[in-house]
Amino acid sequence: MELGFRNIHAFVSGILPDGLEWIAFSISGIFLALVVINALVGVAALYTWFERRVLGRFQSRLGPNRWGPFGLLQPLADIIKLITKEDISPNSADRIVSTLAPIALLVPAFLVFAIIPFGTNSFLGDLNVGVLFIMGVTGMNTFGIFMGGWGSRNKYAMLGAMRGVAMLVSYEVPMALALAGAVLLAGSLSLSGIVASQTLPFLIVQPLGFLVFIIAASAEMSRAPFDMIEAESELTGGYHTEFSGIKFAIFQLAEFMAPLVTAAILTVVFLGGSRGPDLIPGQVWFILKALAATFLLLWIRATWPRLRVDQIMGFAWKGLFPLALLNIFLIAAEIQFFQSGGIEPIGVSTLLIMSGINWLVTGIAIYILANVLGQPSLQPKKPVPSPLANMYAEAE
Amino acid sequence: MYGTGIIRGLRITLKNLLLPSRMFTLHQYPDRKVGILWLAQNADINPLKYVLANPGKSIRAIIGLETVEDRQPKHPRFRGEEFTWYEQRCTGCASCAKYCPLGIIRIVTEPSGNAMPEGEKYGIEVFDIDIGRCMFCGLCVEACPYDALHLGSGFEEGTYKREELVIDIDRLRKSRKKPSTWFRPQLEEKSYDPGIGRDVDWTEAGRHESPSSDDQAAKWAKR
Amino acid sequence: MPIRTEPVTINLGPQHPSTHGVFRLRVTFDGEEVIDLEPVFGYLHRGTEKLAEERTYTQIVTLTDRLDYESAMSNNLGYVTALEKLGGIEVPERAMYLRVISVELQRIASHLVFTGFFLQELGTFVTMLMYCFRERERILDLFEMLCGARITVSYMRPGGLTQDAPSDFWPALNDFLEDMPGYIDELEELITRNEIVLSRTRDVGVLDPEVAIDASISGPILRASGVQWDLRKADPYEIYSEMDFEIPIGATGDCFDRYIVRLQEMRESVKIIKQCVDKIPDGTVKTDGAFFMRPPEGDAYGCVEAPRGELGFYIVSDGGISPYRCKIRSPSFINTTMLRDMIVGGKMSDLIVIFGSLAVNMGEVDR
Repeated sequence: MELGFRNIHAFVSGILPDGLEWIAFSISGIFLALVVINALVGVAALYTWFERRVLGRFQSRLGPNRWGPFGLLQPLADIIKLITKEDISPNSADRIVSTLAPIALLVPAFLVFAIIPFGTNSFLGDLNVGVLFIMGVTGMNTFGIFMGGWGSRNKYAMLGAMRGVAMLVSYEVPMALALAGAVLLAGSLSLSGIVASQTLPFLIVQPLGFLVFIIAASAEMSRAPFDMIEAESELTGGYHTEFSGIKFAIFQLAEFMAPLVTAAILTVVFLGGSRGPDLIPGQVWFILKALAATFLLLWIRATWPRLRVDQIMGFAWKGLFPLALLNIFLIAAEIQFFQSGGIEPIGVSTLLIMSGINWLVTGIAIYILANVLGQPSLQPKKPVPSPLANMYAEAE
Repeated sequence: MYGTGIIRGLRITLKNLLLPSRMFTLHQYPDRKVGILWLAQNADINPLKYVLANPGKSIRAIIGLETVEDRQPKHPRFRGEEFTWYEQRCTGCASCAKYCPLGIIRIVTEPSGNAMPEGEKYGIEVFDIDIGRCMFCGLCVEACPYDALHLGSGFEEGTYKREELVIDIDRLRKSRKKPSTWFRPQLEEKSYDPGIGRDVDWTEAGRHESPSSDDQAAKWAKR
Repeated sequence: MPIRTEPVTINLGPQHPSTHGVFRLRVTFDGEEVIDLEPVFGYLHRGTEKLAEERTYTQIVTLTDRLDYESAMSNNLGYVTALEKLGGIEVPERAMYLRVISVELQRIASHLVFTGFFLQELGTFVTMLMYCFRERERILDLFEMLCGARITVSYMRPGGLTQDAPSDFWPALNDFLEDMPGYIDELEELITRNEIVLSRTRDVGVLDPEVAIDASISGPILRASGVQWDLRKADPYEIYSEMDFEIPIGATGDCFDRYIVRLQEMRESVKIIKQCVDKIPDGTVKTDGAFFMRPPEGDAYGCVEAPRGELGFYIVSDGGISPYRCKIRSPSFINTTMLRDMIVGGKMSDLIVIFGSLAVNMGEVDR
């Protein structure tokens, strides 16, 4: 049975007398929101365990393993610890702003899940401007980060927040453009429309868009190699340096929600959402694909160092922006060519031809860009002994 | 090509994730969680038989509550806490106290009638070692001419009060005689391992059976 | 309307994740750019030099462990070298070989710590740190076999060593020597060609050879600037004159060169240890009678190539049981002198990378 808004609404309005349609509407909405939010918090808590455990294995550590089977109760212990801790804030902090900051960061993450289609019919709402909604809502976390940095009246936090605003605004652009490629191909802004049109996952059809999106998204959620907002080794925690207790817990929750949000969007837009062979239900396909996406993000986090501020900004505008534009032009031209004015959906064979072209172009584009961006100065130089105080050169 | 380096890095981390030989460096201390397979292997029977034989333990193992004690293996030379001291060998010369860089050994002696068969000996009233300040350099052990003082082999001496870290003579007498083989070649020759070995008697611990005046003269006049 | 801006002064430290202990940098930022910087140290001052005046010569060995706690063996060797020069003590040949083995192992361990923390500061979330510490753990196990301690070893004594190596040391050492090149290859594949590392460290914090020599900087930082200066070759102590090894140098003297020089030094150290294992003679490891020592009146300066540079001990004796004065030339302290010139003008991230590439150890800076 699919648990959807319509079923609950029908059930509630069946109980209520006529004329109280708005109550039925709100009750079913609030009920569903409650279910989804609590489920999401639970999933995020489990995800913290997953992330720490897998990261531990990557780093040849064990990860959390003491509390409960395989350390599964560790998130619970963390939450209890953080909630019972004293909520300290600096004397000169802007109380209102710093209290609102964690909420401002957490809410967008929840909002995105309102429109994610977990299955064919499992979604809270199917917005017909879903992609626009995602772009608008994820753009909001800039405010959360800046409020946290500004409100806590700490120089490290301020630096982190300033970095954050510059970076997040820049990476919105390639991210939106990458999504635009998928929208063009699907011919729909609604997420379930995008899923429905993926007879072939868009990962195969437009690898360039996928690449740009995953890079821009990992910058949007400020994870390695773009984690300069918090940058433990530089800013001792960035925007949440001064937060403790429950506020810190909410910041952490938002931070661990971000990969889930990204994985969900990635799954829907590029991995075919809940589509898959009918052996297992669509929801399970969705979860498996999202897990694979989070694993990829984790893998990158475990391996790569952080880029510098100017390099991150340069990469957004000089690297990702042209690639995203190229992707859009390519997709648009191909649609124009193959669809030849018709409105019928593109067939699988045509998509395969398109993906062949796209992979070729992607390879060439990345090769050219890599050789343009890859400055010759990065080539190893041959060391020459300095003539100063160089006793061995004379001996030889 | 530009960009291949970071991809190769990903390969290395994946290798470290998957290869069992590169997986663990950390010991789970002080106990290790064990699964059902480990238990069955330890009991040397089929896992299925093990589950049928002791279902309680199996359930605990499946939900991850079954633990076995796990200690980091130490080399016999490990300079541990809890000094091992043999009263029978000690003459109360206080070389150890003199050689301690921090001066944390306190010895009070009195002229004593219960002399050893040969050689002089003082009765020892106080022998305090403040291991709260000790850095386990082992100079006292090195200085001891009669091999009476040895470093111990343990490392779990955590207490809640600093006063409890002062090892007094009663504790030294009562403590288990499991000396470290550091600077004690006579123990090392017997391939003694304090981690698994038995307690060492005072007659075995020394380089010479009983210190004589001649020994002392030979040892001290040269320096 | 022009936007008014003003520089911000931030105290980086004393408690900061990347200051390697308690070090404070008073940095003035213009946005992300560093426009002024003032290092403040002394938070870890323990008065080692003064304490040494109240200890006997043998007891001072235990103090030297605490100077640069990542390379205690080298500190031990630096001190006993000076003392042996002062007292004219002969060291048995086997002891010299064992000393070189332990010091080179310590060099590998110290450079591994450097590599791990350097990458940590570049932003790899503890992955490389754990890999490096995993390898270093095996060296510490070897030290535990040699002398019962892992970090504060106190292994060397004037006139030799405390003890010969146990019989199970040699197979373990051989195992380690077989595995170590593989470990270094893995690190190199993970880091050296990594474009992110390259773009973060290339041409960052360049130190010209002239400046480096003028500031009497030593060790891998000097060699990264292209100056081929290594005390092991320039003024061979122990048995280094019999060893066959190269001195790696860097091309430009930037942060990347400082890393690559250290990586290559690890390979050279493995080479040296292998030669020592082949050549080591039998015999005693300690001169008898050196435990209580009263060196003649006079002074001596002994120096060794510690992992961080030239570590020197200047000992003045008045004929008593403890030195009249014991001055320590600690490489970390002198290597920090050029910090301001290297960092000013860079970004904040560069500051962390440059400071990390110097690999200073606060136990040695403050002494």
